[in-house]
Amino acid sequence: MPETHDIVGRANREGSALFQQWFTELGQTAETGGQAAYVFVMGSMAELLRVFDLPIVMPEINSLQTAVRRVAHEYLNQAEDYGYSPDICGYVKADVAVQLSNGKHPMGKIPRPALAVLTNACNTYIKWAEIWERMYHIPIFTMDIPGTRSCGAQTWPGNADFENDCRYVLAQIKELISVCERLTRKKFDIDRFREALQNANSMSRSWRRVLELNKSTPSVFNALTDGTIYLGVSNGFRGTVEGTKYFANLIEEMEFKAEHGIGTLTDEKYRLVFVGVPCYPLFRRFNELFSEWGGTFVNSTYLWFAAGGVNQEYEYDLNRPLESFAEGVLIYVRNAMDAMFYQSEALAQMIDPFHVDGVVYHPIKSCRTVSTGLADNRRALMASRDIASLFIESDMMDRRVVSEAQLKNRADAFFEGLASRRLATAR
Amino acid sequence: MAYAAGVDVGSTQTKAVIIDEAGQIVGRALIDTGANVISAAENAFAQALASDSLDEREVEYVIGTGYGRYRVTFGNAQVTEISCHGRGAVHMFPETRTVLDMGGQDTKAIRVNSTGEIVDFCMNDKCAAGTGRFLGAASAALDIPLDRLGEVALRAERAVKISTTCTVFAESEVLSWLGKGKKIEDILLGVHQSIAARSIGLLRRVGIDPEVTFTGGVAKNIGMIEALNKAMNLKVNVSADSHFMGALGAALFALDHIRASRAPARGFA
Repeated sequence: MPETHDIVGRANREGSALFQQWFTELGQTAETGGQAAYVFVMGSMAELLRVFDLPIVMPEINSLQTAVRRVAHEYLNQAEDYGYSPDICGYVKADVAVQLSNGKHPMGKIPRPALAVLTNACNTYIKWAEIWERMYHIPIFTMDIPGTRSCGAQTWPGNADFENDCRYVLAQIKELISVCERLTRKKFDIDRFREALQNANSMSRSWRRVLELNKSTPSVFNALTDGTIYLGVSNGFRGTVEGTKYFANLIEEMEFKAEHGIGTLTDEKYRLVFVGVPCYPLFRRFNELFSEWGGTFVNSTYLWFAAGGVNQEYEYDLNRPLESFAEGVLIYVRNAMDAMFYQSEALAQMIDPFHVDGVVYHPIKSCRTVSTGLADNRRALMASRDIASLFIESDMMDRRVVSEAQLKNRADAFFEGLASRRLATAR
Repeated sequence: MAYAAGVDVGSTQTKAVIIDEAGQIVGRALIDTGANVISAAENAFAQALASDSLDEREVEYVIGTGYGRYRVTFGNAQVTEISCHGRGAVHMFPETRTVLDMGGQDTKAIRVNSTGEIVDFCMNDKCAAGTGRFLGAASAALDIPLDRLGEVALRAERAVKISTTCTVFAESEVLSWLGKGKKIEDILLGVHQSIAARSIGLLRRVGIDPEVTFTGGVAKNIGMIEALNKAMNLKVNVSADSHFMGALGAALFALDHIRASRAPARGFA
């Protein structure tokens, strides 16, 4: 039986160490001029790229790290001085500045891309990758993933439409393999691919279990703060043994906390769900606006879409790795898109099992992809369930458009309303 | 007799209200906030006390509200102005289900239940478009006192369409219409309609459930009241004390506290 002080907080410590390891390795690749693949969190194709020993660079994570480390403004200013508009995605601009600075980043040097792989899950991905294409004359490979054609009407394996979509994805995967073979001069190794899929299966299974464990009262992790650390490992180490081990340990820690009633707050009063992308420029302070009132985030749509949709139940079939990978990519990426655009039904279903008191919608100025439609989704949720909700806007990168006083005022009023509701229910 | 007080420290003005145990307003004061927020709160409270010859010691509980609520250093607690406007509006007009509070730099749409508790709310974000500041810009551009803008607008024959939503650009748009020979009253009606349209956009986000009560400093403007009534095809409630609604709500929360502290303990003695 592990001791409390050994196990509680272990995932955050180990996550931090893995993050350092990831960026140290990227720094070594940059120094030696090695090849690296630039990918995105929704549809990273990491399982496949690892077979070719291509280190994974995730520019979204690089960019948000500049905000968490409070230097994003330096990068944003540099990109704007170069000519990018203040109105476009802050992640893109911070990355452009990293490229213009020859890979300079607070976590270490970022290698240049030898290849960029993207999906259509975010419309900005496409224009973003074109910037690298122009800068470095590298191949960019766009995976076109069919999304949900109408809300709540998905198709699944065995359905003719699904099988057609799957063949379409599979054809693209085979083409990507050829691109990687030409680029790395390495032959595709199906056995290594199976290993990566097996590790990814284990990690996805663990991810779902971790999310599930936060039904515990008190909640065993904060989806906004702790969850973001787990998310980083999930993305950076997908398909690896280290990632698999990390998540096995994480489950052990969360189960230990659940069993011993150890929560994220000493006095958990309100259980909340977060919808959108975090406010990274005020990352800790933003969470405090809620924790000061005894509010904790038990789940978030961010943990769904920024994990590439792996919260959706699906495991690769190792007996037919390529076909199954195509199915998985289709299901996961589609799920990631649904988590951004059609989340109201999923949110409605989790209110009871997660004992949710309120839902916090957080549209962000510099990402309209994830923010457009949140007001309508909120209205749909409130029409279907009697649940309190808060709608507050800030940004995931740009401190200049984040007003802490306004955020606090809205958060305070939200909790005053929650307290009134609770009092009325008790009467 | 015990008294309760609410002090609403807003971006442009600070309001203080003192109520008696029956919830009736016995003292009120309104002053410009200025640069010293703490002094503004103290002075408003002192003036409200003086308006009914009350002694500070007679006020048992004080709640601060507004953006400067944490600067009401003599207060016992803080409540957001969102909750306070909802509470005050329902106290004045018990059938209120939707509140529109238009202040100096904030416009809030608040949906409340029968006891004045917040069901939902929505506010302008990031900029002061559609707030009292927009009227301030028009007042400066046209050189007409703020408190006369509404009555001038009501003399209009044909409203000019104000296209900008930016408070800063509003001034130059107003000047450009003047340059084109448009009548002042027509321009002003356009300004009022523009603000009303933007406010109604906020109201729709929480749902416009009658009765609608209009609060805040801008609720003293007859032109804005008419613009809202016409655009929503209803008649908004407006109190003579609309300006004090946030402070009143705070005072009512303070009175709740006094009553709760006096309630007999439950259970066995």
